[in-house]
Amino acid sequence: MAKKGTSKAKRTAGAKSKGKAKAGTGKSGAACPPASPAGGHRIRVLVAKPGLDGHDRGAKVVARGLRDAGMEVIYTGLRQTPEQIVATAVQEDVDVIGLSCLSGAHMTLFPKIMNLLKEAGADDILVTAGGIVPEDDVPKLKKTGIATFFGPGTPLDKIVDFIRKNVRRR
Amino acid sequence: MDFKDVLKGNKRAIARAMSLIEDEDPQGLSILRALHKHTGKAHIVGITGAPGVGKSTLVYRMAKALRKRGERVGIVAVDPSSPFTGGALLGDRIRMMGIATDPEVFIRSMGTRGCLGGLARKTYEIAKVLDAWGADTILVETVGTGQAEVDVVQAVQTCIVILVSGLGDEVQTFKAGIMEIGDIFVVNKADRGGADRLVLEVQAMLELGQVHGKWEPPIIKTIATEDSGVEELIDGMKKHYETAKEIGILGHKCIERAMLDIEDIVRDRMMAGLLTPGKKHLMKELCKKVADKKMDPYEAAEKVLCE
Repeated sequence: MAKKGTSKAKRTAGAKSKGKAKAGTGKSGAACPPASPAGGHRIRVLVAKPGLDGHDRGAKVVARGLRDAGMEVIYTGLRQTPEQIVATAVQEDVDVIGLSCLSGAHMTLFPKIMNLLKEAGADDILVTAGGIVPEDDVPKLKKTGIATFFGPGTPLDKIVDFIRKNVRRR
Repeated sequence: MDFKDVLKGNKRAIARAMSLIEDEDPQGLSILRALHKHTGKAHIVGITGAPGVGKSTLVYRMAKALRKRGERVGIVAVDPSSPFTGGALLGDRIRMMGIATDPEVFIRSMGTRGCLGGLARKTYEIAKVLDAWGADTILVETVGTGQAEVDVVQAVQTCIVILVSGLGDEVQTFKAGIMEIGDIFVVNKADRGGADRLVLEVQAMLELGQVHGKWEPPIIKTIATEDSGVEELIDGMKKHYETAKEIGILGHKCIERAMLDIEDIVRDRMMAGLLTPGKKHLMKELCKKVADKKMDPYEAAEKVLCE
């Protein structure tokens, strides 16, 4: 079952990537001015892959989409521990963490990450999740502080909008 | 935010200070001013080279080797920002996750945000924060460079240029720019064909040039993925630092850098003072005339300055 879900997620994310990425570029022109030496804050996002999960097509498509929306995206690469992810989020001073998990271990890994963030005094970071997560688990994850869940097939614009609206201004 | 938290080693405070500096927030400026006198102890090393030559992997291996020697290590890794959207994919860290949780290592990724010299506008300042934190060595990784992105040479004390074989004939080694800034040359992926030949070509290039005050850049062969040659590279880097200190290059560089800093700040302030909304409006009007060839850009600039 996990395998079926995974391949679907990959296909959807892959198929969406081309059109959506383009839409992102066009849109962001107005919302996010091009890089200028004048300064100002740019939304920084950590896209993270916790646990033993080799599927990162979705995470890469999201990373690319956020980049095209004018954000600075730090990608951890595959198979990271919660400790590595939280240390990275702290050092990079990110505004947002996007967790992706397709292995089924989300109920172990995500809450652990949320706890570590709290311990590090970094629980003001907006955390979103994506991947293959059964519907019943979503409310449980939200209770741990995860702001929202983006399942397979979510349009990139929706993710970009959510981040822009919910990111905490410092 | 209190700059003392940076000196105390509070990771969140360090990271936040870096953001404020990078965003050119007034708060960042005051932190930087407060930290200035706490800097100057770290050995700042630049690592530059074309995309994919193994900069990030080598930086990771170097950081690990430095940690084995008991040092505190800072890393600043720069990747390009999009000229269209300003967004960036900062992927240098992927190669360095093995040291992500080491409390004596601090890694920061930066987008170039419009800068074209191989570094971001505030890379040197971010390195200064790591210096104030107490890093013994700071590794500054540039974007993948071509031939002319040589800003790194002004931001570091030791500059390492990484090359790999198969990217052109010996004429490439004779060109001005990046081949002139190496205090140490590294031929990475040395297990690939052509590595020995490249070493000879670089050697020949160096022998033809003038030796700048007693330091002859070594050429070191490495295979970063296998950790081969890394110790030798660290030794070479340390030796350069000592020699540069001895023969006075370091002191001279320090003064040059200070001059650049002052110039930068004066230029920024002058520009900010000069470009009032009225002048900006005038420039907008004039640029149409210049584009239509009704006025040349020098005349337009004259008008902006004299108005």
